[in-house]
Amino acid sequence: MVFDYSDNVLTAFIDGEIDHHTATAIREAIDERILKDKPCVLRLDYGGVTFMDSSGIGLIMGRYKLITSCSGKIEVTNIPRNMAKVVKLSGVEKLGRITIKEN
Amino acid sequence: MKAINTMKLEIESRSVNESFARVAVAAFVSQLDPTIEELGDIKTAVSEAVTNSIVHGYKEMKGKIYITVFIYENAQIRIKIRDKGCGIENIEEAMQPLFTTMGGERAGLGFAVMQSFTDRVKVISTVGKGTTVTLEKKINGRF
Repeated sequence: MVFDYSDNVLTAFIDGEIDHHTATAIREAIDERILKDKPCVLRLDYGGVTFMDSSGIGLIMGRYKLITSCSGKIEVTNIPRNMAKVVKLSGVEKLGRITIKEN
Repeated sequence: MKAINTMKLEIESRSVNESFARVAVAAFVSQLDPTIEELGDIKTAVSEAVTNSIVHGYKEMKGKIYITVFIYENAQIRIKIRDKGCGIENIEEAMQPLFTTMGGERAGLGFAVMQSFTDRVKVISTVGKGTTVTLEKKINGRF
């Protein structure tokens, strides 16, 4: 996974499929960087995600808990349009700035 | 109603098989010429059901998951996902959105996603014997 850390914003560029199987490695990589960089904002960039089930939501919820416990905020950007349905259903939009990719 | 085509799949309850299961079901359903969105809905719903069997049914222990797909006239499909795991004590509670027994990393949305992405979800479960989830969906396709 590619990370960018600048101006206290840690961006994680997630690509491929997010399911219960792949979520473990993604989560561990992100959490390691959160604890190392202690960012004010964690930005999950979902632009490269090709499939996600509710594990993609669990990933947001879990990172939200960790980053808020470090007094940070969460953002999720570039969610592909065809995955907006799961996001809307989950109500996860209440947790921070969650944006769907423009076509 | 008699199915005009069927497919059976038996997989081990390993999380690495989640992607295989949803892709295999989607590939079989593709003969009905579904839209990309319909295929995505099916893959997502199957992924939730298979994950439930692995995480809750078998609690990450070894077991088998049996998937059967039936295609009926009028492009109706029925997908059965069966495990011989621990079963669900309270189905109504398990199906509540945001209910989860797994804490932080699971969203508790499995059944909510299945319900919203298919036309009908049926759950039959016996504690100690296992669970069968049946998903039904009509494929309207590109026409």
